[in-house]
Amino acid sequence: MRKLLLLLALLAGPCFAGEPAPDRQDALRNLLKHDCGACHGLSLKGGMGPALLPEVLAGKPDDFLADTILNGRQGTAMPPWRQFISHDEALWLIGVLRKSDY
Amino acid sequence: MKKLLPLLGFIFSFNALAEPRATGDLGVVIEREDGNALIINTSERKQLAKIEQLGDLSHASVVFSRDQRYAYVFGRDGGLTKIDMLNDAISQRIIQAGNSIGGAISQDGRLIAVSNYTPGGVKVFSAETLELLADIPAEYDDGKLSKVVGLVDAPGQRFVFSLFDAGEIWLLDVKNPKQPAVQKFKNIGKQPYDALISPDGRYYLAGLFGEPGLALLDLWSPEAGIKRVLPDYGKKDDKLPVYKMPHLEGWAMAGDYLFVPAIGKHEVLVIDKQNWQLVKAIPVAGQPVFVMARPDGRNIWVNFAFPDNHQLQIIDVKDLSLIKTLTPGKAVLHMEFTPRGEHVWVAARDDNQVIVYDTETLQEITRLPAHTPNGIFFSSRAHKVGL
Repeated sequence: MRKLLLLLALLAGPCFAGEPAPDRQDALRNLLKHDCGACHGLSLKGGMGPALLPEVLAGKPDDFLADTILNGRQGTAMPPWRQFISHDEALWLIGVLRKSDY
Repeated sequence: MKKLLPLLGFIFSFNALAEPRATGDLGVVIEREDGNALIINTSERKQLAKIEQLGDLSHASVVFSRDQRYAYVFGRDGGLTKIDMLNDAISQRIIQAGNSIGGAISQDGRLIAVSNYTPGGVKVFSAETLELLADIPAEYDDGKLSKVVGLVDAPGQRFVFSLFDAGEIWLLDVKNPKQPAVQKFKNIGKQPYDALISPDGRYYLAGLFGEPGLALLDLWSPEAGIKRVLPDYGKKDDKLPVYKMPHLEGWAMAGDYLFVPAIGKHEVLVIDKQNWQLVKAIPVAGQPVFVMARPDGRNIWVNFAFPDNHQLQIIDVKDLSLIKTLTPGKAVLHMEFTPRGEHVWVAARDDNQVIVYDTETLQEITRLPAHTPNGIFFSSRAHKVGL
């Protein structure tokens, strides 16, 4: 039984505890493309908000980016999304952005 | 034989044109995700053609030539495309900047101006050839460039626009397009996010994101400078989050009233144009995005930002009250009235539908398929100031 669990864990590969369910991933990708994209651009090259391309995010820690997503940024047009996105989901979205996996 | 030739010529030319097409009742629906423009007919309520490969249209707007033959599409990626609606074809396309937000056509129809985020500024092109005629960087604070928003045409062959980062309004005279004259109005308020010009071309109003109220420029007396409208409204209240920037356009004027979205409040503000005072704040379903008057000014249609963007609400101008809430579909992004307002077309992005309503009965008439539609623009805009 132990071996089986280990095997399952291995098969699941990069899936970590906080990874959203597949249909939630679709919803988050749609949100990213269209609702984040309203300000950051459909191709995330920026607009009213800055570009969200991997090279722009490089050097910015996950915690800082997650805080920006969840709590917004004062003095800018970036609103807080914590009502709609959990902390784990924000981290997953940041991973998606870092890999350009949208 | 001599008689036969002209006849043959006539037959050939007729065939070449296939069906003659008038363009006064045409329009363009933008398909956001695919970067397409659908040419539609508003009388027959059907799609005529699909024009593809217009780039990033996540934010797109369209103006029309005064002969209503050409549609100019301004894309997010700086693309400017001139579409020939007679031949269902792209007649010219350029990439004029890195990041763009919208554009306008001049009073005489000969110039196209585009407002850019990157590099921040305005560029002016020949409407005929798309040749660059003037480049006006939106410089402030010794060389910084501001994002430009709220670009409109104004009488007297002028354009007016606002500098989001600088908090300025610029009045651009393009009578000599290669040497435009700029008049700058500074300290107009923090972060103007969009602007409108009244349908008569007199008042330019920029909505402010960074502080309450609007900035008003009377183009009949520009020497009087900027007047602030509702500078204290909601100052002490906590702002609700704004998940999509509202848009301001000229339709929001109905009779003596101006209807504008509040920012960070779920209200439509009614302002008296005579004294610029608040008449009423009408509570609505969410953060308003577009607040548009039916062409006869009898009622006002409102759509909303995420997460309330599945709804439309209609305000009766007679007593300034809500009369109806409609739920057309998921992610209602835009609407457009037919030229005299008997119908309104509504874009529901996540339902991949354009829904047509009768504006009198508020009943749905028909639906047209469109993939992630986000903007609807009818050729009747060709003859309206500010559109």
